[in-house]
Amino acid sequence: MALQSLDILRRSATPTATPQARTPVEVAKLIDVSTCIGCKACQVACSEWNDIREEVGSCVGVYDNPVDLTAQAWTVMRFAETEENGKLEWLIRKDGCMHCADPGCLKACPSPGAIIQYKNGIVDFHQENCIGCGYCVAGCPFNVPRLSPADNKAYKCSLCSDRVAVGQEPACVKTCPTGAIQFGSKEDMKEVASVRIADLKNRGYQNAGLYDPEGVGGTHVMYVLHHADKPELYSNLPKDPAISATVSLWKGLLKPLATLGIAAAGLFGFFHYITVGPNRPDEDHEETRK
Amino acid sequence: MDHHHHAAAGVSVSRRQFFKISAAGMSATSLAVMGMAPSTAQAEVRQYKLSRATEVRNTCTYCSVGCGLLMYSLGDGAKNAKQEIIHIEGDPDHPVSRGSLCPKGAGLLDFVHSPGRLKYPEVREAGSDQWKRISWHEAVERIAKHMKADRDANFIDKNADGVPVNRWLSTGMLTASASSNETGILTQKFMRSLGIIATDAQARVCHGPTVAALASTFGRGAMTNSWVDIKNADFILVMGGNAAEAHPVGFKWAIEAKKQRGAKLIVVDPRFNRTAAVADQYVPIRAGSDIVFLGGIINWLIANDKIHWDYVKAYTNASLIVKEEYGFDEGLFSGFDAEKSKYDRASWNYELDANGAAKRDPSLEHPRCVWNLMKAHFARYTPELVSSLTGSPKEGFLAVCQHLGETAAPNKVGTILYALGWTQHTVGAQNIRTMAMIQLLLGNIGMPGGGVNALRGHSNIQGLSDLGLLSTSLPGYLTLPNETQHPTLADYLAKNTPKTLLDGQFNYWSNTPKFFVSLMKWFWGDKATADNNWGYDWLPKWDKLYDVLHMVELMHQGKMNGFIVQGFNPLASFPDANKVREAFSKLKYMVVIDPITTETSSFWQNHGESNPADPAKIQTEVFRLPSTCFAEEDGSIVNSSRWLQWHFKGADAPGEAKSDQEIIGELFVALRELYKKDAGKGAEPILNLSWPYRDPKNPTPEELAKEMNGRALADLFDPKDPTKQLAKKGEQLPGFALLRDDGSTMSACWIFSGCWTQAGNQMSRRDNTDVGLGNTPGWAWAWPANRRILYNRASCTPEGKPWDPSRKLIAWNGEKWAGIDVPDFKADAGPDTGMNPFIMNPEGVGRLFAVDKLADGPFPEHYEPMESPIGTNPLHPKVVSSPAVRIFKGDRERLGTHKEFPYVGTTYRLTEHFQFWTKSVRLNAIAQPEQFVEISEQLAKEKGIAQGDWVKVSSKRGFIKAKAVVTKRMKPLAINQQTVHQIGIPLHWGWEGVAKKGFLTNVLPPFVGDCNTQTPEYKSFLVNIEKA
Repeated sequence: MALQSLDILRRSATPTATPQARTPVEVAKLIDVSTCIGCKACQVACSEWNDIREEVGSCVGVYDNPVDLTAQAWTVMRFAETEENGKLEWLIRKDGCMHCADPGCLKACPSPGAIIQYKNGIVDFHQENCIGCGYCVAGCPFNVPRLSPADNKAYKCSLCSDRVAVGQEPACVKTCPTGAIQFGSKEDMKEVASVRIADLKNRGYQNAGLYDPEGVGGTHVMYVLHHADKPELYSNLPKDPAISATVSLWKGLLKPLATLGIAAAGLFGFFHYITVGPNRPDEDHEETRK
Repeated sequence: MDHHHHAAAGVSVSRRQFFKISAAGMSATSLAVMGMAPSTAQAEVRQYKLSRATEVRNTCTYCSVGCGLLMYSLGDGAKNAKQEIIHIEGDPDHPVSRGSLCPKGAGLLDFVHSPGRLKYPEVREAGSDQWKRISWHEAVERIAKHMKADRDANFIDKNADGVPVNRWLSTGMLTASASSNETGILTQKFMRSLGIIATDAQARVCHGPTVAALASTFGRGAMTNSWVDIKNADFILVMGGNAAEAHPVGFKWAIEAKKQRGAKLIVVDPRFNRTAAVADQYVPIRAGSDIVFLGGIINWLIANDKIHWDYVKAYTNASLIVKEEYGFDEGLFSGFDAEKSKYDRASWNYELDANGAAKRDPSLEHPRCVWNLMKAHFARYTPELVSSLTGSPKEGFLAVCQHLGETAAPNKVGTILYALGWTQHTVGAQNIRTMAMIQLLLGNIGMPGGGVNALRGHSNIQGLSDLGLLSTSLPGYLTLPNETQHPTLADYLAKNTPKTLLDGQFNYWSNTPKFFVSLMKWFWGDKATADNNWGYDWLPKWDKLYDVLHMVELMHQGKMNGFIVQGFNPLASFPDANKVREAFSKLKYMVVIDPITTETSSFWQNHGESNPADPAKIQTEVFRLPSTCFAEEDGSIVNSSRWLQWHFKGADAPGEAKSDQEIIGELFVALRELYKKDAGKGAEPILNLSWPYRDPKNPTPEELAKEMNGRALADLFDPKDPTKQLAKKGEQLPGFALLRDDGSTMSACWIFSGCWTQAGNQMSRRDNTDVGLGNTPGWAWAWPANRRILYNRASCTPEGKPWDPSRKLIAWNGEKWAGIDVPDFKADAGPDTGMNPFIMNPEGVGRLFAVDKLADGPFPEHYEPMESPIGTNPLHPKVVSSPAVRIFKGDRERLGTHKEFPYVGTTYRLTEHFQFWTKSVRLNAIAQPEQFVEISEQLAKEKGIAQGDWVKVSSKRGFIKAKAVVTKRMKPLAINQQTVHQIGIPLHWGWEGVAKKGFLTNVLPPFVGDCNTQTPEYKSFLVNIEKA
């Protein structure tokens, strides 16, 4: 594994075992929604560090810009106005990849090495191996990955794996003005969260809690929520996220059988690849537009 | 959005695609099965892009938090490598920012590389509709010729009384609050030698009222505490500002107070903003009614005995007795002259005894002692009145009272974070005064975690204020001489050197002659001698205040010909932009010095409804000169807590751009040559100006910084011990204590003395050791004398012990004052001397009664905005708005009424924006791309406006079109038994830049300012709204 810069836990569509001897620390990003001012510094720092720039959009009547995640916008702030207990609240959630312990995207991905889960918890996309099938999009319980119209490859937050690999925190974490985003070992982040939750309970938020959903094996991006009992208040954060049944079925049961059974079809695909080159569904996309 | 749909559902791809991608997926799976995968499954993260980039330290150029930057550029400094900044992130060593940057700071890379950066000098010829590239040589020659011709024609050397006044009124200049101190001080020298007094920096449209209010109360006009110190507060009030959005990284320390101390945070604001999103409580208020709310707090504190009595009795003027002639009746203070709309302030003062000391009654029983006058004045501000005039729910108002009231205890401290929500009113200074009084009553001034914290705007607006870049100021809060008050040096010194008003006070302004003569030695060098009164006659003497509104009015009347605009965008920044455009159109020449394109420089362009100009009819010659930005220069800037921080250049500027210092240097040298060759009018101050720079066309930041600090011009000896040498001739001074009034010292800005001593540049110090309470005295350098919390003597009892042992800043140790901060006091004046903590005030105490320092009253009083939604003032219906307002005739006619324009408009900045620059910054344009206004659901329903609709917002003066953000965060208020809707109008739009083109919001506000400082009333005016 000459090119390995973080220890790999698993790779998409690759049954080959990964080295297991080393046990690096498991990291996590903690987003404390109760101290987030929605300033979008994290959005800007993310785009700056990762050399991506979304198009300049328009105002659609809310503060959300860009209005959604894209291949050029890996994190966006989602603003929700709600009246809880007779009090107006402006709940602002930084949306982006949750870096699930059990990543639906990776499970769904058919392309070897396009999605990598590192042992520290980071789930990273390797666009050079991405075939643009979009399975990761369907496989994600949080609706995070986005295909780029420019190269038809999937993109999302890398948790700044390049920074973490050299011992730095992600760009969004470093820049966060109020310390609403923190980074460290997952264990430490849970500790930080518990202190915040105690403070919120003192201030009358009886249902304050940590969002680290079990349905995806826990996440390496966690939220402190004032209303942990109602995550959907936060621009529809899923209450019980889980990998869709189709993906689980495909990967869990059918795949070993299927891979044997359809090896011939696979071989066709292989020769298609080496003789014609990779598929370019965006060309098809153009065609369908015409 | 098309690709989202494509992406978001693997199911929506065409059948053909599905087949192909399925096949590919299978092929991959099968490849793995066949053991061929590993070569494609190798994985490596993206390579770290900064490994050998060059790292340079800088300071963020946007707001006054002054966050530390790390700038990374390509190349290792080799001559053959051209440096290019490739990344900017926060400096983790910086004690305030600790690595953080807000969305503006985080996007600085796109500012440095903005497509709007100017690369070479250009001119727009009279009547032309385009820019033309010219050489620097041509630009400088043509500008210098314009200036000399105008100056020769209009220079006034003597007034009617024969007083030398040396002023040039027909050309104005704006200076840049994002430029360095070194640029600022050089510009000060340049302008005053020419006689320019029609000049202002952004402070005029920003925190002018802060200086007036805080200086008149405490003695100095600056933020009292520091950013990190906010973490020491038990209670934080954010009112008249929006700290989370405007100063996100400074606000970090408010969040720390919440997290670490359990502090409570309450926001009082016309809209539920992003500060409110993280507050414990939000209280709505009608824009322009703050004095009612704050006056109500004073009344409540007195009525409920939530007063820090020991503090108030010892450290305020509560016990001082006011003249018998003083009075307040039906909305007017004594001494009002209705014809002039001005007060004669003679009665607003203390009653003096035979020795000239103020009389006092420590028992506070005298009916005319300040305490009793104050109590009577605010008794009218009942909770019911507060609720009726502000629209704030009574329980919200009382919650603020109770939380503040708790901090009257010596071991509880509260702070206030405010900004332009208080300054930009006709009663701006008085808004702040009211809060300053509250903090005195609670004993929160001088305390860690307390203070009145004015969160300044631009990165160096504090510095430009300190350097006196305002019409009637000089560096170090010295005043520019006035033609009638100060015709001679003797008059000037006599009137600006106060006598103590109570025995034993430090009265630091008694040193005025030392500061002033040292300043004159900087201006005129060897030409300033005792015989010529240190060159006093060469200074311009002012007759009137030529603030920005006055300047534009004169332009509008055709009385000004030239305008030099350095890093300022007045067309977008000044109120009544339509009037401003008309005014600029009458100029003969305009010179814009800026790193980026601005609406001001292209005011002559036609942009349809948003700028209906006809270039062919505009004869103004406009020069546009490209300047460096922060990343391309060395220098210092002053943050809000008075820290002078030095920054370093990371790369060359694009194209032919030059530093402001070089541009000013070239212009000055060209002008001086013209005056040498062809002596025009008023040549003396130009030819006698000290210009000792190694390259006269390009003075360096180091040369200028050393001049700000000052040096000995002769060997200096201790006056008490003539054998003791304090400094050798030519040495940098250690601080202002060594300044002399005999011409043996020079200093361009006395309060900065200590910034560059014999020990070197103190502003670039980087020791971030926390010596306690978050204080980092080894980081950079703070004026005055590296004191970090002003008035810190007041953190101790009169006996010299800390009020709160857990907040010990300094204490009397039997011999001197010592502790973790530099005492803001005479170090060896013990408690028994009776010296009081407010050393800049001649009475030594904080002023609840502001005596004659302000134009509109010694106590704050509520007056309605010039455009009032209720059209009356229930406190005194005969005096609705402030009687001391200055308004030009034509502008009064441009005021609207609530019948025509029923809604309250209030303008503000969004956190993604900084002034009009971030329009040119792609990363920020992405985050906030298009102009909008915020309205309540109720108003939207009434007007048939839906989320995201286009709306037209109009005032008596003009209109804008924008998208509608319909929100629960704006609510209608019940004011004086009627419903008042407020409309929130974010500010920073225009036609230049990469964001969606928008209207100049400032076509809406009225052309009228704060009574004391003329800071425009942007925060409360009347508008109408309709679906566009």
